[in-house]
Amino acid sequence: MSATRRTVAFGAAVAAFVFTSTTALAQKKYDTGATDKEIKIGHIVPYSGPASAYGVIGKTEEAYFKMINDNGGINGRKISFVSYDDAYSPPKAVEQVRKLVESDEVLVVFNPLGTPSNSAIQKYLNAKKVPQLFVATGATKWNDPKHFPWTIGWQPSYQSEGRIYAKYLMKEKPDAKIAVLYQNDDFGKDYLKGLKDGFEGKASLIEESYEVSEPTIDSHIVKLKATGADVLISITTPKFAAQAIKKAAEIDWKALQIVANVSASVGSVLKPAGFENSQGLLSAAYAKDASDPQWQNDPGMQKFFAFLDKYYPEGDRLNSSVVYGYGAAQTLAKILEMCGDDLTRANIMKQAANLKDFTPDTLLPGVKINTSATDFAPIEQLQMMRFKGEKWDLFGDVISGEVGH
Amino acid sequence: MSAAAEDAVTEAPAAVEAVPKRAMTLGTGTSLVILAALLVTPMFVKNFVVFQMTMVMIYGIAVLALNILTGGSGQFSLGQSAFYALGAYTSAVLMENFNVNYALTLPIAGLVSFGAGYLFGKPALRLSGIYLALATFALAVAMPQLLKLHFLEHWTGGVQGLTVMKPDAPFGLPLGQDKWLYYFTLAISLAIYIGSVNLLRSRSGRAFMSIRDNEIAASAMGVDVAQYKTLAFGISAGITGIAGGLSAIVVAFVAPDSYTINLAIALFLGMVVGGVGWLPGSFVGAAFIIFVPNIAESISKGLSGAVFGVLLFLVIFLVPHGARQVAIVAQQMLGKLKKN
Repeated sequence: MSATRRTVAFGAAVAAFVFTSTTALAQKKYDTGATDKEIKIGHIVPYSGPASAYGVIGKTEEAYFKMINDNGGINGRKISFVSYDDAYSPPKAVEQVRKLVESDEVLVVFNPLGTPSNSAIQKYLNAKKVPQLFVATGATKWNDPKHFPWTIGWQPSYQSEGRIYAKYLMKEKPDAKIAVLYQNDDFGKDYLKGLKDGFEGKASLIEESYEVSEPTIDSHIVKLKATGADVLISITTPKFAAQAIKKAAEIDWKALQIVANVSASVGSVLKPAGFENSQGLLSAAYAKDASDPQWQNDPGMQKFFAFLDKYYPEGDRLNSSVVYGYGAAQTLAKILEMCGDDLTRANIMKQAANLKDFTPDTLLPGVKINTSATDFAPIEQLQMMRFKGEKWDLFGDVISGEVGH
Repeated sequence: MSAAAEDAVTEAPAAVEAVPKRAMTLGTGTSLVILAALLVTPMFVKNFVVFQMTMVMIYGIAVLALNILTGGSGQFSLGQSAFYALGAYTSAVLMENFNVNYALTLPIAGLVSFGAGYLFGKPALRLSGIYLALATFALAVAMPQLLKLHFLEHWTGGVQGLTVMKPDAPFGLPLGQDKWLYYFTLAISLAIYIGSVNLLRSRSGRAFMSIRDNEIAASAMGVDVAQYKTLAFGISAGITGIAGGLSAIVVAFVAPDSYTINLAIALFLGMVVGGVGWLPGSFVGAAFIIFVPNIAESISKGLSGAVFGVLLFLVIFLVPHGARQVAIVAQQMLGKLKKN
C-alpha cells in the first residue's frame, strides 16, 4: 500500500514537472498587431455606397468585441477593432486594407465583405502573409488553401446552396418545369452554376436575369409565368425577392417558389411581401432567424438578444445581417481563444483551419463549423425549410452541400 | 450648316475670351517646387501612402481629361467612368490573356478609349448641355453591364473580374513595387499634364475654347465645330483610358463593380472642386475625392455619406471656383507680402 502511495506521489511529481515545463515552453509569441494587452483586428465593410445596408455587420461586430472587452477580453487581451468603409468599391478596398496592414498594423483582416472587394485584396494579403479571415461572401473560390493559404471563408457557398435545391427538386418534383430568376452579378451567377451542377444536365432551366439597378422585376415574373413553369427559383436579394413573391401572387401564378437564403428573412422579405403570399415558400438556412418566433426561447438566441439589449440596442433584431455579424465575430473570438499565447499570423490560420464541431449561438441546431488544413469552408451545411403561418418550418435532415461531393 | 462658313474662312482666329495662359497653369517656379516634392516624398513615407499618392495621380489624370472636355470645350460628361473602365479592361486583358508588357498596354488602352470616345462623340454632337450629360450618363450606367456580357466572359472574367500581376521595377532598380509604380505613374502624369497644357495653348486648344465660349461665333470664325467637339471627346476619352489602364496595373484587379456611375460622379466632383478649366486643380480635386471620404468616415461611420455631403457643400459654398480660387487668393496675398 505504501508502495502504491509512493508511486502515486512520484507520478504526481512527474506530472507537476511536465506541467510546469510545458507552460515554460509555451512562450508568448506575437506578430505585428498583438501584444500582452491588445489584439488589433482590421475590418472593412461598406458603410456608404450601394451596399451600405451591410454596414450593420460591422457595427454588430464592433459591439460584440466591446462585450468581449467588458468581460475581460480574450486570454487577458483586449480586442481593438479597426473598421473602415470601402463603399463596395474594389480600389477603395485595396486602399483601406493597405492602410490597415501598413499603417494601423493589424494582426488579421477579418470578415471583409463582398466578392469584388475580396478578390481585389486577396493577392496582396496572401503576398504579405496576413490572414484574410472569414470573408463575408458566398463565392466558392475562397476555399482554396493550396493557392491562397491565407484566405478562408465562413458562410456556405452559393454553389452549395444551389446544389441542395437541385437535389431536392430532382427527388420531389422530377418532372417539374423550372424557371430561374437570378441577379446578374457574381452572386446570381455563382448560384446558377451550383444549380446547374446539381441537376447534372437532367433538367432544362428557363433562365431570366435582372439587374440590381432595375426598380422593379414585375415584368420578369409575368414573362416567366407565361412560360408555363411550375417551379420558380428566385436567386434574388431581399428587395427583389419580396417583389417576386408579391407579383407571383398578384398574377395568380401558383408555382412552387424557392427563395435564396440571403432573402429568407421573415422580417425584411416575407412580411413586406405579405404572409398570405408567402405560404408554402421553400428555402434553406444555416442560421436562426431572429424574427422567427420559434427561437424566442432558444438559449443561444437568448444570449444574442441579451447582447443586443446591452451593447447594440439600436440594432434591428429582424435584420439578418445582425445575426450574421454576431456569428462571425463569435467564430473569431473562438479561434483567438484557441491561439492562446501564440498570436502569430501562422498560428491564427492554423487554428482557423482546426475548428471541430464549433457551434456559434446563432447557427441552426445540427449545423457545425468544421475546418481542416484542406477544408477552408467553415459552414457547409444547410437545412431545407417551408414557410407556414408566420414562421419557417425546418424539415428533412441537415444537408451538406459541399462542392466537389 | 456651318460647313459653308468654314470653307469661306481660311484662318482660325484667336478664340474669344480664352482663359489667359497663366491662369490655366502654375508658374514655372511653383511647378518645379511641386515636382521636386513629388519626387522626394516617397522616400519618407509608408508604402500605403505611396499607393494613395499614386491613386491621386491616376484619378488626377482622369479629372484632367474631363477638364479638357468641360473646361476646354465646354461639353459635359457623366460618362467618364465608361472610358476609364474601357482603358482598365484593355490593359488588364492584354496583360493577363496576351502577356503584353504593362507599359505597352497603356498606349493601346489610350487608343481604344480614344476610338470609343470619338465614335460616341459623333452622334452625341447633336446634343448639348444637360442632354449631352444625360447621354453620357447612360453610357456610364451601361458600362458595368456590358463588361458582364457572357460572350466577353472568356477575356474579362465576367462578374468575377480579373486579377493582374503587379510589375516589379525593371533593370534591377532598388525600388519596391509601390515606389516603382509611383514614379512610373508620375512620369506618365507629367507627360500628360505637359501635353494637355500645350494642347490647350495650341490652335486646337483655342478652337476648343472658342466653342466653349460661343459656338455660333466660333463657327462664324471658321472653326469646324463638329470636328473639334468630337476631337475633344476623343482626346478626353483617350486620356481617361490611360488613367484606367494605370489603375488596373496599380490596383492589380479589375471588376465591373469598380467602374459604376459613382466613379463618373466622383470624377465630375473632382473637376468642380479643383476648379473647372484649371488643369493643376485636377490633382487637387483627385486628392479631394480620395481623402475627404476618409475624413468623413473618421468623423462618423454611420453618417459618412452625410458628412461628406456637408464638407462638399462647404467647399462649393465657400470657394465656388474650387482650388483655382484658393490658388489665386494665395497668389495675391504673396504679392502683397512681397510689396510690403
